[in-house]
Amino acid sequence: MHHYLQIENASMVFDTKNGKFTALAGIDLHMRQGEFVSLIGHSGCGKSTLLNLVAGLNEPTEGVLLLAEKEIKGPGPERGVVFQNHSLLPWLSCYGNVHLAVERVFGASESKRRLRERAMAALELVGLAHAAHKHPHEISGGMKQRVGIARALAMEPKVLLLDEPFGALDALTRASLQDELMRIVRDTAATVIMVTHDVDEAVLLSDRIVMLTNGPAATIGEILEVDLPRPRDRLQLAEDPGYHHLRSQVLAFLYQKQRRPAKAA
Amino acid sequence: MSAVTFHEDRLDTVMKRADTHTIPPAEAPPRSRPTPFFETERGRAWLAGAGGLLRAAVPPGIGLALFVLLWHLVAASSDGLPGPAPTWEAAKALFADPFYDNGPNDMGIGWNILHSLYRVGVGFGLAALVGIPAGFLLGRFAFLSGMAAPIISLLRPVSPLAWLPIGLMVFQVAEPASIFVIFISSIWPIILNTAAGVARVPQDYMNVARVLNLSEWKIFTRILFPSVLPHLMTGIRLSIGVAWLVIVAAEMLTGGVGIGFWVWDEWNNLNVEHILIAIFIVGIVGLLLEQTLMWVAKRFSYA
Ligand SMILES: Nc1ncnc2c1ncn2[C@@H]1O[C@H](COP(=O)(O)OP(=O)(O)OP(=O)(O)O)[C@@H](O)[C@H]1O
Ligand SMILES: [Mg+2]
Repeated sequence: MHHYLQIENASMVFDTKNGKFTALAGIDLHMRQGEFVSLIGHSGCGKSTLLNLVAGLNEPTEGVLLLAEKEIKGPGPERGVVFQNHSLLPWLSCYGNVHLAVERVFGASESKRRLRERAMAALELVGLAHAAHKHPHEISGGMKQRVGIARALAMEPKVLLLDEPFGALDALTRASLQDELMRIVRDTAATVIMVTHDVDEAVLLSDRIVMLTNGPAATIGEILEVDLPRPRDRLQLAEDPGYHHLRSQVLAFLYQKQRRPAKAA
Repeated sequence: MSAVTFHEDRLDTVMKRADTHTIPPAEAPPRSRPTPFFETERGRAWLAGAGGLLRAAVPPGIGLALFVLLWHLVAASSDGLPGPAPTWEAAKALFADPFYDNGPNDMGIGWNILHSLYRVGVGFGLAALVGIPAGFLLGRFAFLSGMAAPIISLLRPVSPLAWLPIGLMVFQVAEPASIFVIFISSIWPIILNTAAGVARVPQDYMNVARVLNLSEWKIFTRILFPSVLPHLMTGIRLSIGVAWLVIVAAEMLTGGVGIGFWVWDEWNNLNVEHILIAIFIVGIVGLLLEQTLMWVAKRFSYA
């Protein structure tokens, strides 16, 4: 069967001061176009590392990654990334940060006015049109994260790579952005990999949940198919026994099979 | 039921008639005098501000006073060194006419300062012109920095004045030679700080550049340059400081119009008051340069 994104036996070994550190070992994952996959696992297991491989920011020390049958050799505009630490440029306003991305992707083909509209539309989408002129140090952590999301969405990427995009948000904002994300993904048919620590979020949004074992040398422990029908509604799901079953499977993986090893003192 | 009917609306109309308002109450207090300024809100704020300023000014004030006292005592017990009072008198005379011009060997103190500043400006400007791009290149390309490292580490510790003979030999004239000395001694802080700044651009920002697939030009203008700017400003500040330190010594050797040569000239005239004044002038101008650049650096910092 043809797969859009193929991760074949990917391993990642870092050279550190104390010798080699194997972060990921033998990751195999195939994704269809338009699929939504969540990565879940304990802190430090290698979720960001895996996402960076797909983003093309790092190359695997072993194995290969293919996107649309082409090897991933570096980052590309068809892959939008929301970084875990938002990574906004502090000397640009929120608008400037988003515009930088828009300009790069659409600058050659569209008018300046259209580019401005795109940047503003992306900010509006995350509810930050009013803060467009503010600089990153003038807004809250959650707002920064939303600007990071706007920057990635504004590129209209085919693949969205989200590293804990809703981590610093309050429950209400988080819920509304999750709904927004579901709508965007449905409209654009984007393929999504999202790192999350939130079991409910993973079940609500994903087609599959990929659970990583604890590092070092983390690998895929289990893959859970989320066969809940779409569109999904968080209130209805709350009463769905299927939803609770899926949820408890993820929890069982995290807290029984992959119990966080007690840190050596 | 009460015998007196109370018409609220009618009372209201009475109250609203103009005359009722103008009648002062019988026992109205005599009109008080206007509140003194220092008892008003603004006055108090002013006082508090002045108090803060005063408290901030007291330690430096005492320090300076002690310094002048010490100077006075030392001067009183030595026979060459003039005390604060004669120096002050000489300074007043000197600054009464700072811009007279009796030919190249006798110009006002103002001209001398300006000439020195001009040399520092040109020498430093050239150093920035060469040093900033060089710093960016060395920071961005490890190969280049590897190539330059031995040269820089060899040349940087050389005393600035050691370059003067080379300058004189190459240019044959004093003026460009002293500018060359400024250039060569103030270029290192600019190169090194810029290169360090480029090497220290956070990986996160470079990742953004890669993910957005920015062109080299956009990487430079939107990421490298703003991120390096604070380091660059540090380099410029250090560099101007060095330039101002060096100019006095260089001018002593080359002559011409300038604060350094002026000091030498006054020494030959045995006018020690003027030498002391020159020391203060060099210190104050250096301080002003430093403060101006600090202010500029603050304007340029984004956070
Ligand atoms: N550049 C690097 N050099 C050396 N080690 C690294 C590097 N990047 C990550 N690691 C190590 O790889 C492991 C996985 O890191 P990663 O950031 O992928 O974890 P994570 O699952 O994203 O954690 P979290 O949930 O806390 O974000 C960690 O042990 C980390 O120390
Ligand atoms: Mg992470």
